[in-house]
Amino acid sequence: MYLKLDREHGLVMTDNVPDTLATSVIVPLVDMRAISKSYPGCLANDAIDLQLKAGRVHALLGENGAGKSTLVKILYGLLASDTGTIRWAGNLVHIDSPSAARALGIAMVFQHFSLFDSLSVLENIALGMDQDADNDLRQRIIEVSARYGLPLDPDRSVYTLSVGERQRIEIVRCLLQQPKLLIMDEPTSVLTPQEVADLFATLSRLAEEGVAILYISHKLEEIRQLCHEATILRGGRKVASANPQEESASSLAALMMGSDLPVARVAEVRKTGPVLFSMDNLTHQAGTTHGINLQGLTLQVAAGEIVGIAGVAGNGQDEFMQVISGESLLAAPNRLMLKNQPIGHINAAGRRRMGLCCVPEERLGHAAVPGLTLTENVFLTAHHTKALRHFGLISHRRSREFALEIIQRFNVQCHGAHSLASSLSGGNLQKFIVGREILQSPTVLVISQPTWGVDAGAAAAIHSAIRALAQQGAAVLLVSQDLDELMLVTDRIGALCAGQLSQMHRTADITVRQVGLLMGGEIAA
Amino acid sequence: MNETLILTVLTIITAATPLVYAAIGELVVERSGVLNLGVEGMMLSGAVCSFATAHYTGSASLGILAGMLAGMLMALLFAFLTLTLQSSQVATGLALTLFGIGLTALIGQPLVGIAFGGLPSLDVPYLSQLPVVGPLLFSHDILVYGSFALVAAVAWFLNRSRAGLILRSIGDSHDAAHALGLRVIRVRYLATLFGGACAGIGGTYLSMVYTPMWVENMSAGRGWIALALVVFSIWQPGRLLLGAYLFGGISILQLHAQALGINVPAQLMSMLPYVTTILVLVLISRDRGRIQRNAPASIGQSFHPTT
Repeated sequence: MYLKLDREHGLVMTDNVPDTLATSVIVPLVDMRAISKSYPGCLANDAIDLQLKAGRVHALLGENGAGKSTLVKILYGLLASDTGTIRWAGNLVHIDSPSAARALGIAMVFQHFSLFDSLSVLENIALGMDQDADNDLRQRIIEVSARYGLPLDPDRSVYTLSVGERQRIEIVRCLLQQPKLLIMDEPTSVLTPQEVADLFATLSRLAEEGVAILYISHKLEEIRQLCHEATILRGGRKVASANPQEESASSLAALMMGSDLPVARVAEVRKTGPVLFSMDNLTHQAGTTHGINLQGLTLQVAAGEIVGIAGVAGNGQDEFMQVISGESLLAAPNRLMLKNQPIGHINAAGRRRMGLCCVPEERLGHAAVPGLTLTENVFLTAHHTKALRHFGLISHRRSREFALEIIQRFNVQCHGAHSLASSLSGGNLQKFIVGREILQSPTVLVISQPTWGVDAGAAAAIHSAIRALAQQGAAVLLVSQDLDELMLVTDRIGALCAGQLSQMHRTADITVRQVGLLMGGEIAA
Repeated sequence: MNETLILTVLTIITAATPLVYAAIGELVVERSGVLNLGVEGMMLSGAVCSFATAHYTGSASLGILAGMLAGMLMALLFAFLTLTLQSSQVATGLALTLFGIGLTALIGQPLVGIAFGGLPSLDVPYLSQLPVVGPLLFSHDILVYGSFALVAAVAWFLNRSRAGLILRSIGDSHDAAHALGLRVIRVRYLATLFGGACAGIGGTYLSMVYTPMWVENMSAGRGWIALALVVFSIWQPGRLLLGAYLFGGISILQLHAQALGINVPAQLMSMLPYVTTILVLVLISRDRGRIQRNAPASIGQSFHPTT
């Protein structure tokens, strides 16, 4: 099956091989060989090969941290590779800056746009192109946007535009340079479904005109729809090349996540008690235009149980955490119950007092205040549960003692309780934050991405602490994108997809492949 | 009656001109993303240096030049502290004002009580002799003509030239501008120096024309009015000119009203220029979109270049 742009029906699937695919291209436009790049303590790219051909949409597929961004930044001249060569149309080239890449004909649309809000579309494009914002450029913008179906008014101010329209500015800016290779870094992560369809039509059109497109994503369905070829990265290495149109979503997922999956973990028989935490048909409208609405979530977590929520980032995890922590309140309090009491209307501090502790995903700035010491950070969440107040004043002595206890019990590497939160490495700060919540002996612990960017040793320590807490009779809800972690730690597992929760399955009875399907929103797992 | 009217208009122009200079300079500074609260200090140093130079050399042109350079020197100090050493712009600006008040009082000590002849008016042949129109439009000094030309030039620069676009983009998001390879720090240095030169000329006008003598702290808060005008005009040169003349106009008219013995408490009359200026500018700035388009989003933030 191929994707074709039809004037009347937009994007349609077809079995006819497009002309551009039939003509075989002998010399690849880009030929990257044995590209390696290491950072202190981490090999981001390990001898990766990548070939891109004119007129083809090539997917670069991998989980977060697989090395996709590093590879692309090397190609665009933002990073220098340690070893390896890049050939452009057969010639050895040295791309040492984005302007060198642009000179070759490489254009890139970044995940985070660099636009000036107060300036007009025309002015933004002029600034990026070393050209005056004159009528000539205005005319060219109108032409290009009409030709590729990217409606843009050159005189609108950027602050009035939606995210999708802002992305169009970046794309039009790239197209005005008439690139031979267009790199798109996770372009659909911020788009609405309609905007995604428009984008795909444009990209297909460009490919038909002979532009090579490198499309970076971890959304499997999209890649199957759009791309002709795929390179799959895992842990900094190229693990496979595939034709995405011949693969199924689940086979791509298996390639992306690897088959060296954790073997069925030692089944600890854990006694579960009464339900401590539950949601009943919880629905929540996101406050922002590009937030995800939560729809009809139903979930129960019993004492002594660890329940895992899988899902690709941006499927409602942020909103899910905010609703649970009390940062977003619910109109109907009884949709969210803690120990059989409705808590939907109670704020974060109140829920904490009732025994619900949360560890948000973002460590600095959300879970901890960067500019405060560990002692002060401890006081902020534990002042009630650990009685760190003394006649209404902060008891520095007790706060410090509690901070030191966390540092010692969780082996946090730091200079002491007076260290600033921002001075700790990510893994150490995470151990400290998890320790701070666990040592408050919560009834319910909700924890998001506990081992994101944490080294293996610290991850194991955090996992065993979570298990120990559950064994003491707490209910634990674990939100994570890391399937290995979920398979290892949880008793039951489900997935969040587009703001909806899948059915829950016993972790012992489900395969990673099936979880991958749940993450993709396919109910029949 | 005609005589009185013409005289009133002429005093209004004299009262507004220093504000126009100080404010248009600060407008460019703020559009580049720098908040310099030291306008008052820069005006005072311009006032004292121009007066001293004109007095000792006898040349008004050298005086204007000295006033401009004095303002730039103060601005250079500010730029070095905030842009190179990355100190807080708010604190440094306040310090610059206090420093300027003290330093000019010291320098100006021997100048107190000396009078100065003022600037010659540049008469246009024939046109200046016309009744009413002649004195109103064609017999001002060079700085009055210059102020109008400067506002027009700044408006053209900001909205029409590529350099102005670069300056605005840096004020909007210095990180995005840096990513495009624009020289954030250099542009901000230049803008700050321009602001200093303008404030210096504003001060010059006070000590050489408005009250042609040196009095300690003679700017009397005009630097702060200029800062307020920039914000209320939503960083737009045309509105700024309007605001400066409104303020200058009402402050002169209320003096005349007091002289005529209108039975309103003097305190209320003195309030009038401030209240009217604020009211009018608030009323014309209700359009939120205009604020979004013109307010420099990264104003007052230090820029730490990475990579």
